[in-house]
Amino acid sequence: MNSPRNRELFALIPASLLVAAGFAAIFVSRKQLLGGLHGTNQISNVSLTYGAIFLAICIATHVVIRFALPNADPYLFPLVALLASFGLVEIYRINETLAREQAQWFVIGLLLFAATIVVFRDYQRLQRYRYIVALIGIGLLLLPRAFAPVNGAYLQIRIGSLSVQPAEFSKIAIVVFLASYLRDTRQVMVIASRRFLGLTIPPLKHFGPLLVVWGTAMVLLFYIRDIGSSVMFFGAFLAMIYIATGRLSFVVAGLVLFALGADLLASHVGHIHDRIQAWQHPFDSTLFHKAAGGSYQLAQGLFAQADGGVLGQGFGGAVLELPRAYCPTGQTVCSLLPAPHTDFIYAVIVNELGLVGAGGLLVVYLLVVQRGMKIATLARDSFSKLLAAGLTTVFAIQVFVIVGGVTKLIPLTGVTLPFISYGGSSILANFVLLALLLLVSEKARREA
Amino acid sequence: MNTPIRRLFFVLVLMFIALVGSTTWWTVVRADDLNRHYSSENRRDLLRGIKIRRGAIFADDGTTIAVSHKDSSGVYSRHYPLGDVFGHPLGYSYTQTGQTELEAFYNHELSGGASGTDDVLEQLIGNRNGGDDLRTTLDVRAQKLAEQLLLAAHPDDGGAAVVLDPRTGAVKVMASVPGYDPQRLDSPHELARLNRDNVNKPLVDRTVQFGYAPGSTMKLITLTAALDSGKYTPTSAVNGDNDVKISGVPLTNDFNKSWGNIDLTTALTNSVNTVFAQVAEALGKPTMKKYMERFGFDKKPQLDYPKDEMSAAGEYYKGRLIHATSRYVDVGRMGIGQDKLQVPPMQMAEVAAAIANGGKLMKPHIADRFVDSDGRATKTISPEVQSTVMSSQTASAITQMMISVVQSGTGTKAQIPGMSVAGKTGTAETTTGAGQKNNLWFVGFAPADHPQVAFAVTVKGVVGFGGDVAAPIAKQLIQALVK
Repeated sequence: MNSPRNRELFALIPASLLVAAGFAAIFVSRKQLLGGLHGTNQISNVSLTYGAIFLAICIATHVVIRFALPNADPYLFPLVALLASFGLVEIYRINETLAREQAQWFVIGLLLFAATIVVFRDYQRLQRYRYIVALIGIGLLLLPRAFAPVNGAYLQIRIGSLSVQPAEFSKIAIVVFLASYLRDTRQVMVIASRRFLGLTIPPLKHFGPLLVVWGTAMVLLFYIRDIGSSVMFFGAFLAMIYIATGRLSFVVAGLVLFALGADLLASHVGHIHDRIQAWQHPFDSTLFHKAAGGSYQLAQGLFAQADGGVLGQGFGGAVLELPRAYCPTGQTVCSLLPAPHTDFIYAVIVNELGLVGAGGLLVVYLLVVQRGMKIATLARDSFSKLLAAGLTTVFAIQVFVIVGGVTKLIPLTGVTLPFISYGGSSILANFVLLALLLLVSEKARREA
Repeated sequence: MNTPIRRLFFVLVLMFIALVGSTTWWTVVRADDLNRHYSSENRRDLLRGIKIRRGAIFADDGTTIAVSHKDSSGVYSRHYPLGDVFGHPLGYSYTQTGQTELEAFYNHELSGGASGTDDVLEQLIGNRNGGDDLRTTLDVRAQKLAEQLLLAAHPDDGGAAVVLDPRTGAVKVMASVPGYDPQRLDSPHELARLNRDNVNKPLVDRTVQFGYAPGSTMKLITLTAALDSGKYTPTSAVNGDNDVKISGVPLTNDFNKSWGNIDLTTALTNSVNTVFAQVAEALGKPTMKKYMERFGFDKKPQLDYPKDEMSAAGEYYKGRLIHATSRYVDVGRMGIGQDKLQVPPMQMAEVAAAIANGGKLMKPHIADRFVDSDGRATKTISPEVQSTVMSSQTASAITQMMISVVQSGTGTKAQIPGMSVAGKTGTAETTTGAGQKNNLWFVGFAPADHPQVAFAVTVKGVVGFGGDVAAPIAKQLIQALVK
């Protein structure tokens, strides 16, 4: 009875309760919703089925894990389900159509999750293809450059009606590469290092390939103007080097280089300069009313959070759109809070569920991170440890970058809130990430 | 390798704590500021207001001052049944033209943003019953009377009257003329027209937004500093001759009268300039600054009213607030209300209220309580001490001296049979020469033995003395308010 899988099944109860309560609450208040995305605040009762679909997906995933990974960490998936249900309820509240699409993405995500578990059952094989994995990761980053930019950044490609953000997948590929490369070279990097001016300099022979692959990724990220992802990559890179070598000096050197680079970019690259300006003075009238590159979105996000206060306005209580009569002339849709379903979903959550709800959400994220790190410590071999810790770090930094950006802790850069924001790529990539973590966990706990 | 992993996890925990911290910053620490002070950018409460019934605003006797009605299309709009009586301090609230004054300050509560809910479903979906109603401390009859009387004085540049309950800080009257009818401000065109009216300036609430030269009413502050610091007593004698040199320049008394050596009671009763200028000089700038700030000078009033629509009382140099200790201040002339002082009438009413309340200044407030749609009080504003300005002995000594002003000095026109009134007149010259226009004041409280009202009345641009024009207005307000 007390097997990991039964614990997992019981731990799914909070997520199902949240989905049921959230959907019921929005359903009840649907007539009074203060503007969803694109004026769609009418919610039909058919849509309640999306909640049921979501629960069915959770049970199906549980069954897959039960058969394929019987010993894997029992809490990781229920925590992720809780996050996903949070997100689905919020997206349902914002736009019924998007919620339906999101539910479909969850189905595809589950299939990809199952496929990952089957194909990479022996995930250690990934080490043999490390350079192929690295090339795929870089290739994915380069792809959107062939398409038109969105909001000044080359983040996505459109295939028919679908838009895909390859950077989401690329982060996993880069972590896999780093984990496998560092497993081989970690000892030699420390032993063969020379000390120069009090700094430990690793031998170029071993450090070189690492810098080339990682540097290419970083340059490409700036080339496609995805600052948020580059911060994630950089953070994961430093974390993994630290775990591999145990040398804090590498991290310090990395952070100094990052600070210098950030300063240089902030003063020389127009759109980054704009971001910094908006971050420093979000309520400045000129920046607020600037058509592009201003602080309107950030300021509205902060207003939304202030509006939420400690307990929030309740599901459906956030004002997301201006009524048509108050739109500037010529516009049929004007949103008070742009991108409520993607980058700014955290602001909507704070608006509706308050500090208490958002704090709960952050605790759930932290628990996911804790499970990820637990998996890393339990793993027996260096590659598994580096892989689990690297994936977990990328995940944690992604949360930090977007939540920190929306709360004005750091300059705003657009990345998705994992498992919560609307978006196919984000969900699929994070399901792959989850699958890899569970694979590492299965191996570690089976051997234990 | 597990030690670095644990350390890394620790760093990530710290990063998440920072996220909780920054979320707390916006939802708790800065929330009030963002909800109240950015109404043109942050339009949430305003938009909620057209879908949800905005709370009504009532006078202290329950008279409706502002109310929201739904039209046939289900959109609420604001109505002000009393017209221009409460244009100030209420302001207006419209989706097209925004919000000002009290409507802006309590927007969050009135639009239902602050209401707590007590059942689970309501908590999940939020309160949809509309905003809370606001019961104010304002007195309709006295407010109307104040506006009529101020207009009847035919001031060139408007007038204002503030009446407080000195025991609680409750604002009974906050009248500013010329005013405006908030009912008409739903039109941006009308708003622009009133904004352009630089002669009447109807949109300015003169009780808190404009500073006036306080004239001799400032002597109350000098007197407080003199007695409470222990350097003087009501019987201390000071030379009250005309043309005493203050900061090297001779200062005159009214009618150029030389009084010889007189005590402070006589000097206050007859408002002798040279005496109080010398007292202020003897006390020095730091002591004057200390007492001015205890009364609330150098800061905006702690009133429930938008901060950016109020101005601070104090010395102004080149348009900027300076402290009394600044080298640009002529402390002697400041002590009699000349120099570069700009004082909103609300501040002078607070001076009178502090003396009336035994030296304790109560925080002024217009709101009394908020009531939800079920009739339950969701928030009640309780009296709060803003500062202890002086000892109760000082306060009662000054009260006696102010009674003397009304009984036998410059304020005799405020006398009421059967009630002792404490007051102080003020006459600040705004133009010189024949037909000289002055800024006239009368501040005080009544009944002097058990004060129920403390007031400041001012009219700007009128010929004559404060005792002749402002004192009779105050007298009628007292009679209307004291039961």
